[in-house]
Amino acid sequence: MEEKKRVRDIVVPGEEIRVEGKPGRGVFVENGKMYSAYLGILDVRAGYVNVIPLSGCYIPKKGDKVIGKIVDLAPMNWVVDINAPYYAPLHVNDVPWRVEFGDTGRFLSIGDVILAKVSNVNELGQVWITMKEPGLRKLEGGHIIKIAPSKVPRVIGKGGSMIQMLKDYTNCRIYVGQNGMIWISGSPDGIITVIKAIRMIENEAHTYGLTDRIKEFLERGEE
Amino acid sequence: MSNTSKFSEGVVAESKRSYIKRLATQGMRIDGRNFDEIRPIKITTGYVPRAEGSALVELGETKVLVGVKIEPGEPFPDTPNMGIMTTNVELVPLASPTFEPGPPSEEAIELARVVDRGIRESHAIDMEKLVIEEGEKVWIVFIDMHILDYHGNLFDACGIAAIAALNNAIVPASRYGFGDDFKLPLNHYPVPVTFAKIGEWIVADPNLDEESIASARLTVTTNEEGKINAMQKGLYGTFTYDEVKKVINRSLDIGKKVRDKILGDANGEED
Repeated sequence: MEEKKRVRDIVVPGEEIRVEGKPGRGVFVENGKMYSAYLGILDVRAGYVNVIPLSGCYIPKKGDKVIGKIVDLAPMNWVVDINAPYYAPLHVNDVPWRVEFGDTGRFLSIGDVILAKVSNVNELGQVWITMKEPGLRKLEGGHIIKIAPSKVPRVIGKGGSMIQMLKDYTNCRIYVGQNGMIWISGSPDGIITVIKAIRMIENEAHTYGLTDRIKEFLERGEE
Repeated sequence: MSNTSKFSEGVVAESKRSYIKRLATQGMRIDGRNFDEIRPIKITTGYVPRAEGSALVELGETKVLVGVKIEPGEPFPDTPNMGIMTTNVELVPLASPTFEPGPPSEEAIELARVVDRGIRESHAIDMEKLVIEEGEKVWIVFIDMHILDYHGNLFDACGIAAIAALNNAIVPASRYGFGDDFKLPLNHYPVPVTFAKIGEWIVADPNLDEESIASARLTVTTNEEGKINAMQKGLYGTFTYDEVKKVINRSLDIGKKVRDKILGDANGEED
């Protein structure tokens, strides 16, 4: 609660960061000094100094669950758009089905939406993803929307409180990918309410007491 | 895939496509509008002070800026007693991730031509009053359209912005020593209204999501007398005869509302 009162520092690219700690994400070191790499919020956590960018595309991290869209087929792999700088290949060995050479189109076709996990990222930002894990699958029906990846933690809420509330009030099934893609399935009215709520969260992500306001909004919508 | 609009991103998620169609069966649209409802329009005329006329139009999240420049020049030999009008569209990369720099694309040319045709064929500008000296010198009207933010339906946004900018334009006669400045003479106020066909449904003013899954598109430009000035059909799908008739009737109704908005915003200017 005391944390809430503190105004979070906003840094610009190249700004020197004079905070004790080890350099984390979004920070680079030159001549022993730390500088911000992004326009973002300064965040000191567990001894690491991080800069969380205010906007920008998704930077993949190993182990992230992401929602992707199939954009191309090849004999041995699919090409998946996960909202990152590069498209991610999904190899036939990384899916839960046995796929014959050149038979990829029978399982996933262009435009299909999948839930996948980032299995590896190299220093160039190239990504490999996998679906070979329980819970990872093709997402059928529903609707997908995109939000800024930096706003994903706010949509999920502390311990999943925000997303659980959205699910409870609208009876929709919702998956939030770390890459800012959100899949929603349910009745059209429910989906419209969820989208409105998510847009509200996105616009007011930097404010406090957001969960209460979203709750109020959902209750009003119910009437 | 080849069936979709070239303006939008190549691959549309299958779930989005089926969601929009599922909404349509219940008479709903993805942004909560009715089938005949267009997005809110905001018109700011005189946005560019150095241009002879200009308008910034926001149609929902789509944003276009139109500037009108008027300069003296030589008339075409076959129309010595008429002024000249040219239109140009720039799809700048800042407007959309799918727009690339370089020479004008097919889409930009089509867009410019549809807007041009609406204004030209309605005889909106009184070209005969733009003659300085017959056969020697006439006023040339340049309509330059810049897309600032692309969120679907550039045809209507550009058409509305173009007529609003022309309505706001002053011919700079004194700058070139041809007498006093005067308001660009306009006879008519053509307004384009675009419809997209999604499955078996027809929606007015498609947004980006709707445009990207539409099978066919029809733009109808009508003037204040209820005359059809121009029509343009796009994409590979088809319209039936009854659908075209319906679209024309709806475009007259919507066009009237939009025209009131354009004329109302232009300093209470009356026809």
